[in-house]
Amino acid sequence: MTGSFAHIGPAMTTAFLASLVEAVEALTIVLAVATVRGWRPAGLGAFAGLLVLALIVVALGPLLDRVPLHLLQLAIGILLLLFGMRWLRKAILRSAGVIPLHDELTTFAAETAELREQARRNEARLDWLAALATFKAVLLEGLEVVFIVIALSAGRGMLIPASAGAVAACLLVAGVGFVVHRPLARVPENTLKFAVGVMLSAFGVFWTGEGLGVAWPGADLAIVGFAVLFLAVGFASVAFLRRPRIKALS
Amino acid sequence: MNVLIAVLRELIGLFVDDGSLALMILAVVMLAGILATLTPDLNLVAGALLLFGCLGVLLANVARAARRW
Repeated sequence: MTGSFAHIGPAMTTAFLASLVEAVEALTIVLAVATVRGWRPAGLGAFAGLLVLALIVVALGPLLDRVPLHLLQLAIGILLLLFGMRWLRKAILRSAGVIPLHDELTTFAAETAELREQARRNEARLDWLAALATFKAVLLEGLEVVFIVIALSAGRGMLIPASAGAVAACLLVAGVGFVVHRPLARVPENTLKFAVGVMLSAFGVFWTGEGLGVAWPGADLAIVGFAVLFLAVGFASVAFLRRPRIKALS
Repeated sequence: MNVLIAVLRELIGLFVDDGSLALMILAVVMLAGILATLTPDLNLVAGALLLFGCLGVLLANVARAARRW
């Protein structure tokens, strides 16, 4: 059992944490729409977004099985590197204070202000516009979740654990959001993005290497070693970038 | 139509935020690929190039971004 968790644990945890971030961002928009226009258009738009996502997964899943494994590993590895290192770069710059932290309350305020402005301009079409806003939010954030789940599981039989991690995160966020009725501003989003960026970059190096024919020492365990290296470089970068700013402030 | 454009933009944005970071990652992957093809017996060298190349690209990119802001 320990061995099997060691096998599925990294993919499941990464999918859970990444989906947590995306679900929190989608929830903020859904709550903003529900606050201004009520739950009906917000729920309809979100449901339509989930439906389109399900169709994408159903259409894409069988296609992936037809791609040769090495080609699939290489393509997904490169996409994971681009995706994971993008997240890690942003998380490092935010942690170091180079760019501002993402704030769910600001996003919530901006979204509700925009919806109220739209209401002022054209009341008749507002339910449609409100539903469209939640549809877009759920579809766009959900696409990231779908990509992460597919990338972490493709060709390795990890679809169920990675999907379980993602679904658990989405249900958790939806449940908490439904109870508190406020954006989940206290979720340490940048810390989560940092951790997920590290893990996705490590998976990206592993998959790309496998696709190129590299026989990594320790097989799957190499991913943990890569994650430690990315984490060390991430922490060192934050410390290095913070120093001149602290000097300038003092 | 606007939704479709937003989805396409978001899809590209998933992978490319800072263009130079994406280009440098692709360059490292290409170099590792060339090395792995030319010297299949030394595939771990290609793996090391891939790993340390990506770490180097990340360090260089954040340092450059910090100077810019």
